[in-house]
Amino acid sequence: MAAAKLMDFDKALELFEPVLGFEVHVELSTKTKMFSDAPNFFGGEPNTNITPVDLGLPGSLPVVNGEAVRYSISLGLALGCSIAPSSRFARKNYFYPDLAKNYQISQFDEPIAFGGSVDVELPDGRMFTVPIERAHMEEDAGKLTHVGGATGRIQGAEYSLVDYNRAGVPLVEIVTDIIYGAEADAPELAKAYVATIRDIVVALGISEARMERGNLRCDANISLRPRTAPGEPPAPLGTRTETKNVNSLRSVERAIRYEIQRQAQILADGGTITQETRHWHEDTGTTSAGRPKSDADDYRYFPEPDLLPVVPSAELIEELRAALPEPPAARRRRLKQEWGFTDLEFQDVQNAGLLVEVTSTVEAGAPPAAARKWWSGEISRIANARSAEPASLVSPADVAALVTLIDSGALNDRLARQVLEGVIDGEGTPQEVVDARGLAVVSDDGALIAAIDEALAAQPDVLAKIKDGKVQAAGAVIGAVMKAMRGQADAARVRELVLERAAAD
Amino acid sequence: MSEITQEQVAHLANLARIALTPEEIESLTSELGSIVDNVAKVSEVATADVPATSHPIPLQNVYRDDVPGATLTTEQALAGAPDHDGSRFRVTAILGEEQ
Repeated sequence: MAAAKLMDFDKALELFEPVLGFEVHVELSTKTKMFSDAPNFFGGEPNTNITPVDLGLPGSLPVVNGEAVRYSISLGLALGCSIAPSSRFARKNYFYPDLAKNYQISQFDEPIAFGGSVDVELPDGRMFTVPIERAHMEEDAGKLTHVGGATGRIQGAEYSLVDYNRAGVPLVEIVTDIIYGAEADAPELAKAYVATIRDIVVALGISEARMERGNLRCDANISLRPRTAPGEPPAPLGTRTETKNVNSLRSVERAIRYEIQRQAQILADGGTITQETRHWHEDTGTTSAGRPKSDADDYRYFPEPDLLPVVPSAELIEELRAALPEPPAARRRRLKQEWGFTDLEFQDVQNAGLLVEVTSTVEAGAPPAAARKWWSGEISRIANARSAEPASLVSPADVAALVTLIDSGALNDRLARQVLEGVIDGEGTPQEVVDARGLAVVSDDGALIAAIDEALAAQPDVLAKIKDGKVQAAGAVIGAVMKAMRGQADAARVRELVLERAAAD
Repeated sequence: MSEITQEQVAHLANLARIALTPEEIESLTSELGSIVDNVAKVSEVATADVPATSHPIPLQNVYRDDVPGATLTTEQALAGAPDHDGSRFRVTAILGEEQ
């Protein structure tokens, strides 16, 4: 297939206004599935985490997971939504073997949450309010593997293999209202919106939210409408496409940018946009046409007769509302201010995924600057060298203890790095490593003075320079003393003593 | 008289993957029309103060605790499968896409 012609992004924005909409699916991290007591477990041997309910076997009946309902209400509240006094499930009928029942249990006309909004922070710090139409509960589908054919894709496959372990995993689908006014920020907004949803569900503790594992999935709707002259009514909405398979934050941004450029070129050439799903291809950075929207979208929803209405009490809703964490954007602003970080310093911590670690280390008593320095510096370096996650190497409490030892003068930075290695290698707490390895700074002035006198005697020219007032020459002596002390001295104290001894000589 | 058309019946049959002959479509159009007419009688007595109901039993909030229970073994799961590869169900290649 020939590559699509793309219009320059800025040119596309001159001619057209992008109009967006997102559907984000969040897999909830409950212990069991939405309607069965099968473990909600990613991976595992195929078709082992299933019950008759997940296979839709005759006589089996679904029962709602109460914890999933509570998670869904919490998420709805965090999205600023109203919680429906009564909501119900519906059958979405379609024929595809990813669900064995020939329908998915979802919500249709009575979603559990509706009418909210989410404040999203753009990369330059501006806020954009994304309107939320609804959030509803449903079940995930099984996983198909297409076998045969050239590429493992659907086209040309000889047969498909189905694993229902994921079938019935609780999902919340978050649907935005139509988003106007994103303009040239549309790609960044798309990325920031999905990142914000991820932050919210992580803060709530209701999802693993790993995009690469499909815990969080985004379908991006986009259409373009031609700009009209000032004073004229806006043009009607253009035909939209829905891009699926967007499995990373970076892809969300790229896919939106690509679709804007692709659609703009087609429209400018006098063509029309086909309403269809499009598949994002991470490797080529392009989308390709999928299924046209047609009869297949007539899902013949009807109320699920096997399930009863969900009628959350006002007490439950208020209890969950009171337990909501601080919204991610507000929390970031507060932390940045409390810590006194520059924009760049804060971005570094956040982009490295170390916000939680630095926060916990500060809470354990370390000054923010020191917490940032150790996590972004030495710990990240070691993590990188060992292909591990920084958080898996050492606990925030140990980092805080290490910083305390440095601040008290018991360790210098060089020794602290050795202690850190000991802690990472499982030798115990920082204090235990200090004791076991005998790494404490030598604070006995007598031992230091002996070493200083020896170093001064060995370098009479340096001594002469110091006596002449060339204080910077002391560096050579300090270096020699630190070496003699095998690094276990406080360099500042050594410097003081060197100048003292040189003057007294 | 209801407004069920033969086109609607053919459309529904297609969605439900049911093959109907023209004669069946014709008779079903008439039958479905009668059913819809009968159901419509209900709305003559249903007034604004009678809420719609989706369930005949006045129950709500029936939940399960989030505690894992027994699962099927792979052998049990695949026991009724027309075809499988030992761990997964095998189905004919599906044209179209995952929903």
